[in-house]
Amino acid sequence: MSSETKQILTTDGIPLEVSLKKAERKNKIKAFLLVAPLLFFLIITYVFPIGDMLLRSIDDKMVTQMLPKTFKAMENWDGQELPEEEVFAAFHEDFIKLVEEKREGKLSTQLNYTKNGFKSIIKKLRRKSKSFEEGNYKEQIMSVHKRWADVEYWRAIKRRAPEVTNQKYLKAMDMYTNEEGKIVNVDEDRRIHRVLWLRTLEIAFFVTVFCFLMAYPIAHLLATLPMKYSNLLMICVLLPFWTSLLVRTASWMILLQQQGVVNDFFVWSGLVEDDNRPEMMYNKTGSYVAMTQILLPFMVLPLYSVMKTISPSLMRAGKSLGGTPFVAFWKVYFPLTIPGIGAGCLLVFILAIGYYITPALVGGASGTLISNQIAFHMKSTLDWSFASAMGLMLLSGVLVIYWLYNKIVGIDNIKLG
Amino acid sequence: MALPKYTEPHYRIWHYIYLTICGAVFFFLIAPLFVIFPLSFNAEEFLSFSDGMKSLDPDAFSLRWYKDMIYGTKNPWGLAAKNSFIIAIFATIGSVILGTVAALGLSSRHMPYKGLIMAVLISPMIVPLIISGVAIFFFMAKAGLAATHTGIVLAHIILGTPFVVITVTATLSGFDHSVTRAASSLGSDPVNTFMKITLPLILPGVISGGLFAFVTSFDEVVVVLFLAGLENTTIPIQMWTGLREQLSPTILAVATCLIILSTLILVTAELLRRRSERLRGINR
Repeated sequence: MSSETKQILTTDGIPLEVSLKKAERKNKIKAFLLVAPLLFFLIITYVFPIGDMLLRSIDDKMVTQMLPKTFKAMENWDGQELPEEEVFAAFHEDFIKLVEEKREGKLSTQLNYTKNGFKSIIKKLRRKSKSFEEGNYKEQIMSVHKRWADVEYWRAIKRRAPEVTNQKYLKAMDMYTNEEGKIVNVDEDRRIHRVLWLRTLEIAFFVTVFCFLMAYPIAHLLATLPMKYSNLLMICVLLPFWTSLLVRTASWMILLQQQGVVNDFFVWSGLVEDDNRPEMMYNKTGSYVAMTQILLPFMVLPLYSVMKTISPSLMRAGKSLGGTPFVAFWKVYFPLTIPGIGAGCLLVFILAIGYYITPALVGGASGTLISNQIAFHMKSTLDWSFASAMGLMLLSGVLVIYWLYNKIVGIDNIKLG
Repeated sequence: MALPKYTEPHYRIWHYIYLTICGAVFFFLIAPLFVIFPLSFNAEEFLSFSDGMKSLDPDAFSLRWYKDMIYGTKNPWGLAAKNSFIIAIFATIGSVILGTVAALGLSSRHMPYKGLIMAVLISPMIVPLIISGVAIFFFMAKAGLAATHTGIVLAHIILGTPFVVITVTATLSGFDHSVTRAASSLGSDPVNTFMKITLPLILPGVISGGLFAFVTSFDEVVVVLFLAGLENTTIPIQMWTGLREQLSPTILAVATCLIILSTLILVTAELLRRRSERLRGINR
């Protein structure tokens, strides 16, 4: 500070600017250094791995590297007739190498993704190739199985030549590239992903609507009641909020099962027959009920914090100016709560769209979401690139919503409890 | 909420309908938690109320599932609880330190690219857990940290820091920076100023952020499902397996303990929030 004052006295103002900038930069660096540890930690452990997912989802080097000579020989093949002897010879050479390294199983899995029927013929080829003679590989390979003489299968191999692929993304939309290189839908009875995407959107949308309809009245009550009552009722919102997700899911499993409390109540009240208890779990109903209850606090809290700031005198003014309570509510109160509605709805929608645990436990086959499919491919089929592709598609959807959230409410306005 | 005497009948009716709706929603929110409580004392091996329980027969109640939880030979709850606490405590410490320091930087008015950096810092909270799980798994697998406590702790630090950043930044928004300037003008060095002046004032925010981080870690199951080996099993993982495979009332005993734990955390968080609001009120 003192040096700056001196500089004003000794010079004509420019050094002051310089030293101010210097001090400013120093402060900037100081502030940045405080953020830096967390920022770099997150970039390395979180942001880069998400980028890694992108690379994985389009990466198709595996087959390219397994059959290098074949693809080289295939460069001049137009794909109309069966390839020439040189392609077969190159394929044989690559294949023998793969068998030596015991990797032909991986090749058959990979090629089977492209076209069904490769698994058995590659197994057969491995057995027969031991007794192959030198030269004329075309004849020998074709004699192993009639599919090896089918040009379709060779086209399928050629389609795996590029190092990058969009197949995983197409697969997530139930599409694929057919023999002519056109993008087409898979057969109707094998379309599973589109249904899941739509169901994810549907469940997320309706859960948001249900949450809104239930949260609005209670948030209003909490905001208008005197403090000593509202604090007590607030516990009803905050206790579930702080309770383990699995505990809450477990309690819904107990409530909704066929011999469960809700069904017992229905039977007791005569709504349903004892031997005709409805299935409320392991289907969509289970997902809806449990997810709505679990996500409800995330809707109540933003609504409450907005409603708390609305002065009750506004409603009184509306009424004194001749509006009925309903008109006063609709024209005065409701518009003022719109920021809270936006925040709550987007928060619940974002959370619901990526839900995994609850649908997996109470959703059964008809109540699972796209997240369950991602987890399935991560843990069971180990098709990580497919899981990555679906994850990124989901992420891009969430980012759009996040961007909207930021536009409407602002990230800084997120409130927790 | 008492209605004024002059209220017209149809508004009066509407008011009572409104209160009934509110009551029903509160019931929907809180009742499921209380089902677990009595069922965890079930003497039988079912997850529904037996006839004995309905008629309040004392023989229908027992502590056997609590005994099973603690002494059961095949039950991995002991190991799971130990792991859960160790992981959650270390993850909380990590999140609180990284998050608080970052929040200090973020609240400085000199911070460049504030919006962008804030977006990155809180992204783990916005990105669906399943995607975070996949990404973190890829990183940990490459770094050789899959199926280790270290890996899970790091993963939970990633997920926990956004909460600390948000709560501490919120506390700092009502913070009077002239007190730190006063401290430096009196000759205190920055570390001393932070420990003696800033930290005590923002402590409620730091602790409530820490509570969020603790609960996030303690309750987290998606990422751990990808990362954990048999040795790293946690309470949520055990509950997940239990709910999927052998539904036994032991789970309800565990759940009851967890509800008690969350009640304690809720009370602490509420007290802190009120204290923090009071302090901020004074500052204004």
